Amino acid sequence: MLAYLLRRLIYAIPILIGVNLITFALFFVVNTPDDMARMQLGVKRVTPEAIAKWKAERGYDKPLLINAQAEGAGVLTDTILFTKSARMFVGDFGRAEDGRDIAREITSRMGPSLAIALPTFILGLFVTISFALLLAFFRATPLDFWGVVLCVAMMSVSGLFYIIGGQYLISKLWRLVPISGFSGGLDAWKFLLLPVLIGVISGIGTSARWYRTIFLEEIGKDYVRTARAKGLSELTVLFRHVLRNAMIPILTGVVVVIPLLFMGSLLTESFFGIPGLGSYTIDAINAQDFAVVRAMVFIGSVLYIVGLILTDISYTFVDPRIRFE
Amino acid sequence: MSFLPVILWSDVLIWLLVVAAIGLGVLSSRSPPLRAAWQRVGRSRPGMAAATVLIAFVLVGLLDSIHFRPRLESRENGDVGQQPLAYAIEVLSLLDAVAAPLRTRNEKTYSEPLATRAYAKESIDVRDADGVMRQSRDFPRLKHGGAHLGDNEVQRNADVGRRVLVAVALGGVLWGSMALGCAYWLARREACLVRKVWRGLWRGHTDFAWNAVLAALGVLMLLTMVLLALCVDYHVFGTDKVGQDVFYQVLKSVRTALVIGLVTTLVMLPLSILLGILAGYFRGWVDDLIQYLYTTLSSIPGVLLIAAAVLMMQVVIDTHPQWFATAAERADLRLLALCFILGVTSWTGLCRLLRGESLKLRELEYIQAAQAFGVSDLRIILRHILPNLMHIVIIALVMDFSSLVLAEAVLSYVGIGVDPTMISFGTMINNARMELAREPMVWWSLAAAFVFMFTLVLAANMLADAVRDAFDPRLAGAA
Repeated sequence: MLAYLLRRLIYAIPILIGVNLITFALFFVVNTPDDMARMQLGVKRVTPEAIAKWKAERGYDKPLLINAQAEGAGVLTDTILFTKSARMFVGDFGRAEDGRDIAREITSRMGPSLAIALPTFILGLFVTISFALLLAFFRATPLDFWGVVLCVAMMSVSGLFYIIGGQYLISKLWRLVPISGFSGGLDAWKFLLLPVLIGVISGIGTSARWYRTIFLEEIGKDYVRTARAKGLSELTVLFRHVLRNAMIPILTGVVVVIPLLFMGSLLTESFFGIPGLGSYTIDAINAQDFAVVRAMVFIGSVLYIVGLILTDISYTFVDPRIRFE
Repeated sequence: MSFLPVILWSDVLIWLLVVAAIGLGVLSSRSPPLRAAWQRVGRSRPGMAAATVLIAFVLVGLLDSIHFRPRLESRENGDVGQQPLAYAIEVLSLLDAVAAPLRTRNEKTYSEPLATRAYAKESIDVRDADGVMRQSRDFPRLKHGGAHLGDNEVQRNADVGRRVLVAVALGGVLWGSMALGCAYWLARREACLVRKVWRGLWRGHTDFAWNAVLAALGVLMLLTMVLLALCVDYHVFGTDKVGQDVFYQVLKSVRTALVIGLVTTLVMLPLSILLGILAGYFRGWVDDLIQYLYTTLSSIPGVLLIAAAVLMMQVVIDTHPQWFATAAERADLRLLALCFILGVTSWTGLCRLLRGESLKLRELEYIQAAQAFGVSDLRIILRHILPNLMHIVIIALVMDFSSLVLAEAVLSYVGIGVDPTMISFGTMINNARMELAREPMVWWSLAAAFVFMFTLVLAANMLADAVRDAFDPRLAGAA
């Protein structure tokens, strides 16, 4: 098990280097730092001095790959590739346009992101699996048919409308909870209620339909027939046998996203004014703050790879046949 | 010539797709398994109803994909020869020309659907009983909405009702004749009584789901007639902040959604098919390299990769204004770049599927036999592997369409979608969102975008289900 994990971690290194090179190519080769400076300072009437100053302030005034003027190791380290891209491996993300340290900003914004994402994830998983089990229990009845129709209809609604509609109905019309905002401590619940509810509802359509297909596939298998022949009730069959075996394909899709919960949801956070990482990213995109977007891309892929490894580990818990030797 | 044809890049690609679709149709009709699968799709009633609705959307989109620049009227009519021909800087499409009344009759600002007066009060001059001009605050009369009523604004409801009735009657007659024509045609083809065909058609005895197509056509026809009858003299869905007709915006959004949903697959398909087959068929270092490539790409969360790429594209476009002759060309190129970026970031899923399937196929006896006969690799891939992957490709195509249309709205909201000047569902929602806080609420823009987008995506999802059921060998065997 440990050897397997170690091997997986070593496999992750070339992938992270690849991600790093892609972001490097996107942010520094497709557009030179000069282009970015011109963009940030306004396209018209930009003096070369202003561009040079902008670059020097942000450390973009170095050669891209090889610094021929430097001495010793500086030939490779005193370059943009090293200072801006390779430094991300040790958690040094540089500074945002407003001068704040990105790494510190990210750690302080993780909390609010998790406060939204974690309840949404757990509650959502519970609700969708229950709904899918219900449909599977009443398979080939009108309830099942209309349930699937409902799922397809819910899939076809853009996530934006769920948020806008929910905010309008619950906050504006019924005035149950505030429209947006956030506060620390225990008071946060009334700000969290609506985003979590909307997050759960908007996820039902796609996932419940998919889980239903998985359940139905399991129900058709031989061991289920055996279980019924033993005289087990349909409910016992569903919960004791079908649900357990269906967990393997469900986990494949679900565990991968757990680490990504740290990143928060772009839409939810920006609509509800929650100071998490999702709204941080959106603000950075709107302000064209390249350093922040670059950092988020890197962190996102690190978390995704962690998710892949977690998926493999979770298999050993639900399926005793799988062993990593 | 009174106009200058303009060929935008996205137009070229859209018409190319039409040609490709016809090509696929011809190809499918020659291959028995594909033909059988399409016939299974044709038997699915929800699928065919959805396809009818989708075709209506595609027709609007195609009409909007023929562009031209109208000639400017020269001031002196006599000596046209001496003046150089001047064309308007504005690029119009055939749809713009057809819907000219919708496009040109702008109000000052918001107005409700079918309203005759504006949404906000203004100071207006009113002549009172003594004939003296006096200022008062009231809702000003709209310039175009219900202008034909003149001073008899109270008759608006009666007028709307009359128009709806006439439209419904006309639509009903048109639809009835079309349904009868269809029955006659079927009866002649099968050489039996019209009445028998008519009854069988509605009871679903036909091989093709004619009843679903006709029913969907009927609903579409009635709605179109009603909208047509009303949009001539009213703003059916109201007007937006700058007074533009919302119905016109919705029609224009259809093309943007179609381009995003269809052109993206044009970028995605070659990448995923080529790399997937190469990896699965050749294995070894080719497989390792391609697997590394798609694992790396797919490990970056999609939105962030798209955001990074779009930000960079914006810098390129903003620093090279000299590339674009008109604003429409710039918006168009930006749309295509977005499609390209979406395609490059989303080919990995399909590639993985195709690789797995090719791995399985290459171990089958008939391919090993071909290899033993010394058939070249290229020929084996083209003759044996590719045709056996077609069902996966077709399923992926229709499944991706709806998610891409939904993604466009989200991306435009985040600020990394289409050009802000380009009308799309995303920009419509984005503009309307701010106005929900107003009192009374401005809901019509959002509602119109919702209804049309929902219909489009729902139809696409339903067709995708039908296609998947028909093409997936595991499901097709069970049905």
